[in-house]
Amino acid sequence: MSIDTETARRVAKLARIKVEDEALPALAGEFNAILGFIEQLNEVDVEGVDPMTSVTPMRLKRRVDEVTDGGYQDKVLANAPDAREGFFAVPKVVE
Amino acid sequence: MSELTKLTIADARDKLRAGEVTSTELTQACLDEIEKADALGAFVHKTPEVALQQAAAADARIQGGAENPMCGIPLGIKDLFCTQGVPSQAASAILEGFKPEYESTVTTQLWQAGAIMLGKLNMDEFAMGSSNETSTYGNAVNPWRRDGSDAALTPGGSSGGSASAVAADLCLAATGTDTGGSIRQPAAFTGITGLKPTYGRVSRWGIIAFASSLDQAGPMTKSVRDAAIMLGAMAGHDPKDSTSADIPVPDFEAALTGDIRGKKIGIPKEYRMEGMPAEIEELWADGADMLRDAGAEIVDITLPHTKYALPTYYVIAPAEASSNLARYDGVRFGHRAGLAQGDGITEMYEKTRAEGFGAEVQRRVMVGTYVLSAGFYDAYYNRARKVRALIKRDFERVFDQGVDAILTPATPSAAFGLGEMADADPVQMYLNDVFTVTVNLAGLPGISVPAGLDAQGLPLGLQLIGRPWEEGDLLNIGQALETAAGFVAKPARWW
Repeated sequence: MSIDTETARRVAKLARIKVEDEALPALAGEFNAILGFIEQLNEVDVEGVDPMTSVTPMRLKRRVDEVTDGGYQDKVLANAPDAREGFFAVPKVVE
Repeated sequence: MSELTKLTIADARDKLRAGEVTSTELTQACLDEIEKADALGAFVHKTPEVALQQAAAADARIQGGAENPMCGIPLGIKDLFCTQGVPSQAASAILEGFKPEYESTVTTQLWQAGAIMLGKLNMDEFAMGSSNETSTYGNAVNPWRRDGSDAALTPGGSSGGSASAVAADLCLAATGTDTGGSIRQPAAFTGITGLKPTYGRVSRWGIIAFASSLDQAGPMTKSVRDAAIMLGAMAGHDPKDSTSADIPVPDFEAALTGDIRGKKIGIPKEYRMEGMPAEIEELWADGADMLRDAGAEIVDITLPHTKYALPTYYVIAPAEASSNLARYDGVRFGHRAGLAQGDGITEMYEKTRAEGFGAEVQRRVMVGTYVLSAGFYDAYYNRARKVRALIKRDFERVFDQGVDAILTPATPSAAFGLGEMADADPVQMYLNDVFTVTVNLAGLPGISVPAGLDAQGLPLGLQLIGRPWEEGDLLNIGQALETAAGFVAKPARWW
């Protein structure tokens, strides 16, 4: 699988990272180096092997579904680049 | 005064209890050393006021007969740990100015035990790197130099600041985190001890996430005994981390009996890499001899899927990172890019992430996005999870045969020069983790113990890999290796 400039552009878009057009060929080259390295995994016989879901076999604990925390809007918003009237503020989303 | 900062945790504990020194004196000595050590780039946010306040409280507790061995011990904290009201930015520009409103579970436990926070330590951005060269703060520098050279060397990564600070005696010990070798490789590069516990032994809550199925915090210390003491304070079940194990935390220090007679130590043939420097091979063989002399049985073992560990890691870790790092979007915390006329929310995300993430983080987020994208998920991500299951099975088979621990080199080389890998492709840098990454994929505990110096006078480490949850046994074997190796060298002071 070889990644071309168009694929690199699409991946950058999916990852929501702005990449200038002139940087795309180099980025595609780096992807190809990394994916070339990863291609080795095709040599492994994985027939009948389940994908790992948890490295230490354990059942996730259950707890009562109840509110245990909260009630500090000011703390939640304290690190926001733009917070107004108790909300996170962002550029216009809908016209 | 500066002799105080060279103390181990164990020695400092004894002196504090005997009233020979106060935590305030110890803490001030560290703060003085830190002030003189900016050239190491280790401490990136200093917290002297917090430290002296905590030290005064610790002194009061010690006078009152405090029992916790960490009480009054000054520590450095990796920047990946969220510390309330103190900058915690994972060495990334995207978290510039971020001051958490909460405290990580590990640091909460350390402060409850009476430990002292000296400040935050440098690291690779979001723990992605093996040389501490991807940090927004600039490089951390290894206190060690090659004989007759003043070239600046890497302390390793990602916990490079932690390694540098402990090796240079700026603090008694430090926290690190390890996703593919980020505690053990820098420990080996700087002649200190680094322990990655079993996955689930230590809570991940409040530690900025990189790859959640691999990340684990651990101690970076001046001795194996110190690692045992500090792990005891860091470990334990946490309801806020659903993957933290609800099992008792044993007294790890009590496990250090010094007796390893009859222990079976495996030597995996697959770790004999082509092109491995002769010095590393010799060190490895010496380590096996030392353990044999201490009464252990050395056996050859096979871990057949070893060569697939790095490619597996470079699917799984970026995939998890691309999900974890989606939260850095310029909305809730950290950096937001300036916007042009007409820019909408998508442009805000894209510009914010382009400005805030460094090149290596961007690369890994995009690789992760690619391997998770429609049409490639099965071919890359699911296949990697299957190979990961096989890698873990290799270890299980060996442990089922009665092997207690596995001995390997910690790194394929000694510390390299800062900038030396600048022109290498990313995969070359990834090879640093070739001996350590299997341990994260299998969720096992691993420890790096300093074992010797290379021909240029740089420290080299050996790694021991243990059975899950058997950190006590692992530490005991590690201490036997430490005792036999008798590594006491210190870097000559230039900073």
